[in-house]
Amino acid sequence: MNEPVKLLGSFGSPFTHRAEAALRLKGVAYEFIQEDLGNKSELLLRHNPVHKKVPLLLHGDRAVAESLVIVEYVDEAFQGPPLLPSDPLARAAARFWAQFAVDRCLRTLFKALWTPDGEARRGFVAETKENLALMEAQLEGRRFFGGDEIGYLDIAASGLAWLTVLEELAGVERSMIGEEEFPALCRWRGEYTSHEAVKACLPSRDQIVAFYAGMKERLVLLAKSMQKK
Amino acid sequence: MAGGDDLKLLGTWPSPFAIRVKFALAIKGLSYEYAEEDLASKSELLLSSNPVHKKIPVLIHNGMPVCESNVILEYVDEAFAGPSILSADPYERAIARFWAVYVDEKLLASWATMLFRGKTEEEKSDGKKALFAALETLEEALAKCSDGKGFFGGASVGLVDLALGSQLSWLKAAEVMSGEKFIGGDKTPLLAAWMARFSELDAVKAALPDVDKVVEFAKMRQARMAAAAASNN
Repeated sequence: MNEPVKLLGSFGSPFTHRAEAALRLKGVAYEFIQEDLGNKSELLLRHNPVHKKVPLLLHGDRAVAESLVIVEYVDEAFQGPPLLPSDPLARAAARFWAQFAVDRCLRTLFKALWTPDGEARRGFVAETKENLALMEAQLEGRRFFGGDEIGYLDIAASGLAWLTVLEELAGVERSMIGEEEFPALCRWRGEYTSHEAVKACLPSRDQIVAFYAGMKERLVLLAKSMQKK
Repeated sequence: MAGGDDLKLLGTWPSPFAIRVKFALAIKGLSYEYAEEDLASKSELLLSSNPVHKKIPVLIHNGMPVCESNVILEYVDEAFAGPSILSADPYERAIARFWAVYVDEKLLASWATMLFRGKTEEEKSDGKKALFAALETLEEALAKCSDGKGFFGGASVGLVDLALGSQLSWLKAAEVMSGEKFIGGDKTPLLAAWMARFSELDAVKAALPDVDKVVEFAKMRQARMAAAAASNN
C-alpha cells in the first residue's frame, strides 16, 4: 500500500514523539502536520472525533489514533525492522511493561513534577523511583529494552528521555533519574536520544521548553485532579 | 501448539477483566484450571506470578505468567490456534485496539465512578452522564465496526466484543441499582441487539455472572466503603 502517510501532532509532545519514532524506525516517509492545540484543524476534528487529540496518523483514508495503537499499526502495516518481537510471550512482556511504563512511571512522574512541594509530592517521587527501579531491572544490561535495537517498549518509555528538561521547568533541584540509582536507565537515555532514526524527530531542549511553556498552571491543575487516581 | 498445554487462570468471578479472559479461552476451545482468588487474602501463586501489580487476572501458561487482561487477550490470540480474536488486517487491529481502550477508560471508568469511585453525589452523577455519553459513542462505533454483521469484530466476536461484553452484568446491575436504562435502552438500539446476540453465546453464558449476584456484591462493597469512610472521619 503506497498511499501517503500524514502525522498530525504537536512537536514537543511525548505522545507525538512515539508515533514519529515508530515511523522513522520503520523508514516510512511521512508528512508532519503541526497542530495548534488551541485551534484544532478541521482535519484533526474530522478524523479523530472521539478524542480530538494528537497524534493522529492518516494513511491513505485510514485514521489511527492513540500513540501506542499508532506504534503497533506502523509496525504491522509497513515493512522494516520489527518493533515487537515475534514470540507471543515476549510480545506480551513488551506490552505489559509498556503499560507499566505509561501508567506507573510516566503518569506518576507527571504527578511528581507538577504537584507543589509537600507530602503528596514526596510520595509521588518515592513511588516514581520505586517503579523506575523495576524499569531499570528490565534493561538487564542491554542497550535497549528491545535488545540491540529500539523496540515497542523503548518507544513507550521514551518520555523518560527528556525528563531533565521538564525537571528544570518544574524547578526540581535533583533529578529523579540519577546516575547512581539508575545507571542503566541513564545509559539507555543516552543511547535512545543519540539513535540515528530517533534524533531526527527528537525535540530540542528549546522546543520542549516552548511546548511546555505557558502550560505550567494547567499541568499543576491536572496533576491535582489526578492525585487520587 | 502441541498437546500438553498447562493453563491456569487466576481471577475473581465479578471482575470484567477476568471474565473477558474466560471468554477468550472458551472461544479458542482451551481447557484450563480456574482459581478464584480472595483479594483480601491473595494466594502465594498470585503474588509470585504478578509481583508488580498483585492483581487478577493472571494467565499461567506452562508455568509462565501473563498479566494485564488486554495483554492476555492478545497473547491467547497469538499463542493458540482457533477462531481469531483480532483480525489479521493491521487497520482493523488498530480500530479494535482503539475501542478496547475506550471501553475501559471511558465506559468502565464511568460506571465504576457512578457506583464506587465517586466520592460525592456530584461525582457519581458525572459518572452517570459520562456513561450515557460513552454508550452513545459506542453505538456509533458498533454501526461502523460491525458493517451490518452483528459484532464489533464483524461476523464473529473480537477484542472489543470481549472487552465490552465482560462488563454486561455490571451494566445491568448499574441499571437495577440506579433505575436507569443504560445498554438496554431505546437510545442505543444497536447495542441492545448486540447485547442480546452476545449473551446467547455459550462462551458468554458460562462466564457472565448473574446480575442479582453482582447487585448484591456491589451493595456489600458500597456498604464496606461507607463504613470505612465513616470510621476515617
